[in-house]
Order: sequence, then structure tokens, then C-alpha cells
Amino acid sequence: MTADPLQLDLLTSRYNYYAVVLLLGIGLYTLIESPNLVKKVIGMNIFQTGIFLFFITLAFRSGGNPPVVTEGGGPYASPLPHVLILTAIVVGVSLTAVALALIVRIYSEYGTLDEETLEGLYYD
Amino acid sequence: MIDHLPVLLVVVPVLGATVPLVASLYTDRAGWGVAAATMLVHAVLAALLAQQVRTGGVVSYAVGGFALPYGIELVVDGLSLAVVALVSAISLGVLAYAGQAGPHENSFYSQFLLLVAGLTGMTVTGDVFNLYVFLEITGLAAYGLVASGREASAAVAALKYLIIGTVGASLYLLGVGYALAATGTLNMADLSTKLAAAGYDSTLVLTAFGLMVGGLSVKVALFPLHTWQPDAYAHSPDSVSAFISALVSTVSAYALARLLFSVFTVEFLTAVPAARWALVAVASVSIVAGSALAVSQSNVQRMLAYSSVSQLGLVIAGFAVATPIAVLGATVHLVGHAVMKGGLFAASGIIERETGATTVGGYAGMGSRTPLAAGSFAVLALGMVGVPPAIGFVGKWYILVGAIEAGLWPVVAVLLLSTLLTLAYFARLGERLYFAEATIRDEGAVADGGEHTDGGTTVSTGMLAVVVLAAVLAVALTAAVPALEQLLTDTLPPLLQ
Repeated sequence: MTADPLQLDLLTSRYNYYAVVLLLGIGLYTLIESPNLVKKVIGMNIFQTGIFLFFITLAFRSGGNPPVVTEGGGPYASPLPHVLILTAIVVGVSLTAVALALIVRIYSEYGTLDEETLEGLYYD
Repeated sequence: MIDHLPVLLVVVPVLGATVPLVASLYTDRAGWGVAAATMLVHAVLAALLAQQVRTGGVVSYAVGGFALPYGIELVVDGLSLAVVALVSAISLGVLAYAGQAGPHENSFYSQFLLLVAGLTGMTVTGDVFNLYVFLEITGLAAYGLVASGREASAAVAALKYLIIGTVGASLYLLGVGYALAATGTLNMADLSTKLAAAGYDSTLVLTAFGLMVGGLSVKVALFPLHTWQPDAYAHSPDSVSAFISALVSTVSAYALARLLFSVFTVEFLTAVPAARWALVAVASVSIVAGSALAVSQSNVQRMLAYSSVSQLGLVIAGFAVATPIAVLGATVHLVGHAVMKGGLFAASGIIERETGATTVGGYAGMGSRTPLAAGSFAVLALGMVGVPPAIGFVGKWYILVGAIEAGLWPVVAVLLLSTLLTLAYFARLGERLYFAEATIRDEGAVADGGEHTDGGTTVSTGMLAVVVLAAVLAVALTAAVPALEQLLTDTLPPLLQ
């Protein structure tokens, strides 16, 4: 990593990873910092999306073909991360559904989605 | 069928979980029966599997017949067998308790069985991504169960649990991504060799370790990642808090041990002392902070929750020491803690029903009003402190011996201190129960029934029997330690070389 061209290459060709870091950061920040419960769940989703993108990027290889095996068709992109992420997306959707169901219940009981207001009511 | 035991252990509860939902079309009280039948089958399967492991050694199963290491592998060795047996036994106990204590809805028992499936899956899997999926199944079912409390505060506790738990599981998944990038495989046995080939000091491997262990620490509820736990335990129905306090953190701690020994292996811990020290440090802080927080609680269930933070810190410390004797101690304490903590939550539920007492102050003089439950509570508490001959003593003793052998003096100091602190919060309760003037009058029993989801304030023989059985087991399990030791030495050496 001492040569200049390689460093330049790192900067220009790895933009997927910057997107991953950005998504993870935005997601985690929203999740922790936003007082709104729905926005927290949105933050959670963005955080997970960052991880999905990370996996999908792992599967890439330059010059790789879609992994439909034909004679002389290689090299192929790795199909494994895609399959893993399909599963992880399903998990993420179920989590969002449960989270939103809980939020509906909280809202109907306390009439607020604001974490700080809720805390005041909650510990009474 | 006998060849398919490992996968049946997961499939049976999943199938069972669908039945109460369908049965809801005809009756809304079918759940308990279905769950009980399913768990009996589960217990029989676990017993058959135990027989197989004891005669034939480690059982490996390729799901769907896909060639290993490409397919998903299920592995059952001594360590996972102990945890499977624990899951099976505690689920039956909780069912006996929930029969009267509720909740009685069909959907509750569907989630209950789904949780059992998730926990069993986490225990038997030999694949790191599969572990993530079961971790999330466990999580989803646990969030739903916590929210099944009648009060809306249960929903708040469940949402907090969900958000923190999801971040933990996501970090674990990210770690799996790094491990996959380093090795190109997800199978645990395959990973252990390929991680070594990739070099233990490679950034990918170190990041994978940090993220995977960090993610699981959230699920184990190590300090300072424990914040979801007290609310979740205190606001859920008694049956649920007994169930998840006994099993969810326990199985996550097992998964952490599995990662340490089957994926990263002890050589990694030796090659990267910083990783071991980080783990020891987190565990030690957990032990001390958990105990200190427990001492300062007035609500008994919250105190028990913080006590879990401390006791599981102890288990993780034992695993991090990673000598055979320390691992045996950690496994014994893992199992012992599950039985005792489940029993304590169940007993606190009975005491609340019979007397209305929920706080340390309220427990004053209740020893005579609810003799069986209070007596069991006291025995379990002493077991948790580590008074011989209870199982809590054996576990702590072995971890201590292991830490001394390994020369990890900070762990030794923390261990001794923690026993003192555990005594501090449980002795206070014991003193209240038996030697203090009652502060709650008899009619208080009916006043505070709001927390219960169903079943009012009646206590059934089944509920009492479960609590007494837990107290008896807390002492009797000591006799099973040599058998466990035999099982572990037969199957663990490959993990500990």
C-alpha cells in the first residue's frame, strides 16, 4: 500500500464500502439520537441495510458473471452472500413488523411516540 | 428417524408452534396442551440424542444432505447436549408453571414453542450464519413474549429489548461478514482451520472476533450492554421472566463459548492476548457492576435481573480463562445459574401472588406467610451465593481453580469479591423474609393483582412443585457434575487443545 496509484485506486474503486460506513453511521446515530420511536426503527433499518450492502459488495469480483453455471462461463460472482442477505432481509422485515406493532400499542396507551415524554409517563 | 435427531429437535417445536394458531379457529385454550405435548416429544428426542452422544461421541448432521462444509451442519457434543437438556427441562418446568399462572392465549404458546425452537437451534448449529438466524428467531419470540404482559409498560420494555437486541444481532452478522471475507466459509469447524490459515493477527479476523463477541455480549447482557434486561424481566408475566431469565441469556452465553472454542479456538486466545484480556475485562466489570447494581435495587425482580448480569459475567470469565477446569466450571455455572435464576423468578412470582410483596421491604416477614415459596427462594438464593453443596458452589469453585492455575489473579480477586456482593443482596432478602416484622397486612394479597396477565392470585400445586423442584435441583445437580465432566472430557479436548 505504499505505491501512490494503489492508494488512488483504493479511493476511487471502493465507494461501496464508503456507502456501507455511511449507512451504518447514519442508522446507528438515528437509532440512538432520535427521540421519536418510529425514527428509531427507521434508523435500525438503515443500519441493517448498511450490513446488507456490505455482504453484497463482498460477492463482487471484477469481470465476474452471474452465477448461472454454463460451460466456460466463469469466473462467477459469489452467490452465497446474496442468499444470506435474502434471509437477513426477511429477518429484518419481521423485526420491523414486531417493532411497529409494539409502537402502535405504546401509542394507543400513552398517546406519545416521544421517548422522553414516554419515560416521564413510564416511571410514574 | 434416529439419524435425524438433531434436526428434529428444531423442527418439532416449529411445527408445534403453528398448531395453536390454527386451533384458534375452534378454541382459544388449546395452546397449553399442544405446547406440553410438543415439549414432551422434545424431551424424548433430547434423551435419545443424549444416548447417542454418550455411546457414539459427537453427532454431526448435514441438513438437507448437502455436502459439508457447504451445507448447514448441526453438531451435538457434550457442551451442546448439556444446554439442549437444559432447554428441554426448563421449558417443561415453565409450562407446568404457566398452566395456572398464564398467559393462556394460544398465541402465547406459539411464541413459546418458537422460542424453544430458536434456542435449540442456536445450541445445535455448527454454522455461524445459521446461528444468526436462530439468534433472531429467539429474539423475535422473546420480544413477543415480553410484550405479552397486560400492562402497556411491557410493550415499552419489549421495544427497548427489540432495538438493543437487534443492534447486537446485527453486529454479530457484520462480524460474520468479516469472517466470510477472511475465509470464504461459514461452517464452524471449517472456519477454525481457515481462520488460522488467514492469520490470527489479520485485521479481518480481529474485526470479526470483536464484532461477533460484541454482538453476542448484548444478548448475554454483559455490562454495559445489559440495559434492556431489567425492564424486560420486571415487566413481563412471571412465566415469561422465569423462562427468558433462565434460557435466553444462557444460550447466548453458550453461543459465545461455542465461538470461542469451535470457531476462533483457544490458540487464537493465546495468540492474541489482547482479545482474551478484553473479554476478561468486560466479564469482570460485568460481575462487579451487576452485583453493585443488584445491591442498590428495591424491586426484587430487578435485583434478580442485575444478578444475572453479574452471574453471566462470571460464566464468560470462566470461558475466557479457557483451561479445561475453568470451562467445566463455567458450563456447570451456566446450567446451575439457569435452574436457580428460573426458580428464583418463579418463586418471586408465587410470593407476589400470595402476599402482594414485590420489593425488598415488602418481603419482610413473608417467610411464614408463604413457607414453601419463601423456603425455596432462600435455598435458591444461597445456592446462587455459592454455599456448598449447592451447584452454584461447584461452578464458582472450578472457575476459581482454573483462574488460579492460569495465573489470572484479577479474575480470582473479582470472583471472591463477587461472592461477597452476591451474599450482600441475597442475605438482605433472606433477613427480610425470616427475621423482620411484616410490613404488608394480609388483605394486601388481593390489592396488588394488576401485574398478572391471567389466573388472578391463585397459586396451583404445579407452580409450587416447579419452584420446590428447582430448589431441590439446585442442590441435587451437584451429583451430576462428574457425569458432565466425563461428557465434556470425552468431547471437549478437540476444542481445548
